Amino acid sequence: MTSTTTDATASIPPPAPEPGGDVPVLDVDPFSPEVLLDPLPMQHELRETGPLAYLSRYGVYAMGRYADVHAALTNWQGFISSAGVGVSDFRREPPWRPPSLLLEADPPHHDAPRAVLTSILSARALRRLRDRWLEDAREVVAAALARGGDLDGVADLAEVFPLRVFPDAVGLGPDGREHLIPYGSFAFNAFGPRNDLLTSAERDIGPTIAWIGEQCRRENLAPGGFGAQIWAASDRGDITPEQAPLVVRSLLTAGVDTTVNGLAACLHAFATHPDQYARLRAEPALARVAFDEAVRWESPVQTFFRTAEVDIDVSGFRVPADRKILMFLGSANRDPRRWQASDAFDLGRDPSGHVGFGMGLHQCAGQHVARLEAEALFTALAERVERVELVGEPTRKPNNTLRTWQQLPIRLVPTG
Amino acid sequence: MSETGRTLVVADKRLVAAGVAAIELRDPDGARLPDWTPGSHIDLVLPDGVVRQYSLCGDRRDAHVYRIAVLREVAGRGGSAQVHDRLVVSDRVGLGGPRNAFRLAPAARYLFVAGGIGITPILPMIDAAERLGAQWQLLYGGRSRASMAFLDDLSRYGDRVVVHPVDEAGLLPLDAHLGEPAPDRKVHVCGPGPLLDAVHARCAGWPAGSLRTERFVAAEVDATNDRAFDVELASSGRTVPVGPGIPVVDALRAAGVSVLTSCRRGLCGTCEVDVLDGVPDHRDSLLDDEERRSGRSMFVCVSRSRTPRLVLDL
Repeated sequence: MTSTTTDATASIPPPAPEPGGDVPVLDVDPFSPEVLLDPLPMQHELRETGPLAYLSRYGVYAMGRYADVHAALTNWQGFISSAGVGVSDFRREPPWRPPSLLLEADPPHHDAPRAVLTSILSARALRRLRDRWLEDAREVVAAALARGGDLDGVADLAEVFPLRVFPDAVGLGPDGREHLIPYGSFAFNAFGPRNDLLTSAERDIGPTIAWIGEQCRRENLAPGGFGAQIWAASDRGDITPEQAPLVVRSLLTAGVDTTVNGLAACLHAFATHPDQYARLRAEPALARVAFDEAVRWESPVQTFFRTAEVDIDVSGFRVPADRKILMFLGSANRDPRRWQASDAFDLGRDPSGHVGFGMGLHQCAGQHVARLEAEALFTALAERVERVELVGEPTRKPNNTLRTWQQLPIRLVPTG
Repeated sequence: MSETGRTLVVADKRLVAAGVAAIELRDPDGARLPDWTPGSHIDLVLPDGVVRQYSLCGDRRDAHVYRIAVLREVAGRGGSAQVHDRLVVSDRVGLGGPRNAFRLAPAARYLFVAGGIGITPILPMIDAAERLGAQWQLLYGGRSRASMAFLDDLSRYGDRVVVHPVDEAGLLPLDAHLGEPAPDRKVHVCGPGPLLDAVHARCAGWPAGSLRTERFVAAEVDATNDRAFDVELASSGRTVPVGPGIPVVDALRAAGVSVLTSCRRGLCGTCEVDVLDGVPDHRDSLLDDEERRSGRSMFVCVSRSRTPRLVLDL
């Protein structure tokens, strides 16, 4: 086994100590606690340094301008995913779990799982959930109002609602759902380097990983849910029975924590931009725009890596073959070259084309699920809540990939 | 227009077999074309508005070129004759899709069966099977060797390709090649109706999904090119004019109605809008044939209208 691994990786050169050509070198650590808590200054520096930089601490390349990030995301032929979309190169180090058939795969391996999942999670397939989810959202908002007083926008709204509707939609059983958020957090930490965030999260994650694995089995997924539909696709031969549990696992990895943070970002934006919340109240159909604008503005998923398949030119600078490249989605979404007043949260803007869900072949397969959840929650909020007020200092929960709120102290002021 | 990738330019055209023209299409500005998977086809909107569907038969790893191969249909409705006789390099054509109704299903072993021009979707499938490390065999039939396209390309695969010109060797030996179904084996077939009928008859009772076929079905109605039309907003009764070549989503935005989009290529599904009246001209990669016929919704980043007026649920 050891010798096989050695043979398979022998042809891959170790990271070069310095970049070739005239690529500017940056000494920043994007995974340090300081940067993770406030990434905007580092992202600004990266964008202004040039279209491409070399991060000397990790021996990886980085890009932060919208045009280059967009181009890299869509160029699946040149920037591959099968060597992992975190800092670790799967061709040199074994991944912590069997690689994702979606996120960590290239065509043609990627084709069948992707087609099955995007079909199950298509906007039209989700329509049957719309009315039910709006009712659920109304109950969640009513419960928060009934409690009155100060709330935690994260625990009481942004987590409660997805945890109420998403596991049911997947078809999970009632027990153990508390594992979903820690699993997502861990998986997104694991895209980063082996820093304190990752090693401390690792300590208690064993039972959570085991629980997730169990839920992917056919017998643990209720009929009619997304999970059962994935298994039904394997009955039709559209994917294999070996692929089905891993496709379910993708749903459980990326389907909860990301949405929670997107919803929390939008709530925070409403609390800090009362004029924008007033626009939503006046025009509730803006709920979808508001959520996508929040995803642009905050970028719950901040970064992903790719690996250069061959030498690739990035706006005149060269990424050598086999090197990792870090794409800053959050930075691209704040790039003033693409967005007017890029730091403003503005419901009057058209956020279309942001890369908060990625772009191209690997664009978030669950984006329509997230949008439907957000539309339900913020429609319900606008019906009953006059203002969202910040009543304390919000706190962050650093993660190597996600931009997250730990606590969002708010008060909901009910309508008339 | 080219921002949405809906207009392509003919970059190359050559005869690759008797009655078969291979055509290369590119974006006029050299942009990437929408991604596709083996088995996909596109709608080709010819200069006079006639629409025909052709399988993509080139290399998906080259994001800047689509290759199609067009058989001159003696009994056809004029689309293929137009491609053969009138379409020339640097002509512009409209694009719908790509869409895939004939996906390569995962398997350890494949049998591909192609009849005549049915070889086109099979070529990218063979490339995928190679990259997947799957075992495969191709049974390729045609009227005569001279009429069979891409024999040179296929010759490098040696005896995995069985070339079977009917004028030399008689009817395709389907029975021997189809064999018996197995859980790790899938059969993909593309060709004329009689071939598909024979395969279906031979494989009756096989487990679901083990046989995959594609039958060419002509588009039912011809497209409208990029004519102007009106969009009526159901909630307000307002009318928004959509000019020639202007995406509906842009016309709506100019009128102050915002519809969220993401890919702007009819791929991601973000901008779906319900259609309450009128007939949409679908150009997306998402709806299947039944959904397209129903005309109940459309993707306003790329799709247009067949009728002078569309009423949208906005």
